[in-house]
Amino acid sequence: MNCFACVEYIIVALMLLSAILAVEWRDLLAAVVGMAAVSLFASLLFFMLQAPDVAMTEAAIGAALSGAVFIFAIKRTRRFETEEEEKPGWWVRW
Amino acid sequence: MISVYYFGAISLILIGLYAVLVKKNLLKILVGLSIMETGVNLLLISIGYVSGRSAPILSEGIGPNQAVDPIPQALVLTAIVIGVATTAMALSAAIILYEKYGTLNVDEIRRLRG
Repeated sequence: MNCFACVEYIIVALMLLSAILAVEWRDLLAAVVGMAAVSLFASLLFFMLQAPDVAMTEAAIGAALSGAVFIFAIKRTRRFETEEEEKPGWWVRW
Repeated sequence: MISVYYFGAISLILIGLYAVLVKKNLLKILVGLSIMETGVNLLLISIGYVSGRSAPILSEGIGPNQAVDPIPQALVLTAIVIGVATTAMALSAAIILYEKYGTLNVDEIRRLRG
């Protein structure tokens, strides 16, 4: 295994970690940052797969524009996912 | 041995599918859709990749038989733009739903409320 394959493995691992964290975080702003990180690592992978035009488009649209649109939507709605109280009453999960 | 690109792309699709199926928040579902779209694009690009060849840009020392497959790259360029348009439209629908119902939980959005 040469060093190029090591870089591939590291980038794929970071991308999957970012995806899992983006799904699991309850703060939606942090989730959007995780999604932008997934797009950034995917754009690095596109560049390593010899597709530089797709890498440019993914970095501009996926990491910047899509994250900005999500942040505008969060600004118009609410930031946190609603979560139940510590000891929920009988009406909470009705 | 399966390529690491195939593993990463299919794992991204599965993570996005998990978010769409399990999560209750509407914006979190849209984040899952966006992750799934990125996974599909990565899978398409990695199908057209041939190991050891260079980018499909014809220049001095690069002939047509030394480049990777350019057709999935054109396909993915179109798919990225379609994906961001779909995401923007779904986010505007989510904003309108929040203004009408006052919540983003998909279990609490019913027809005759508010």
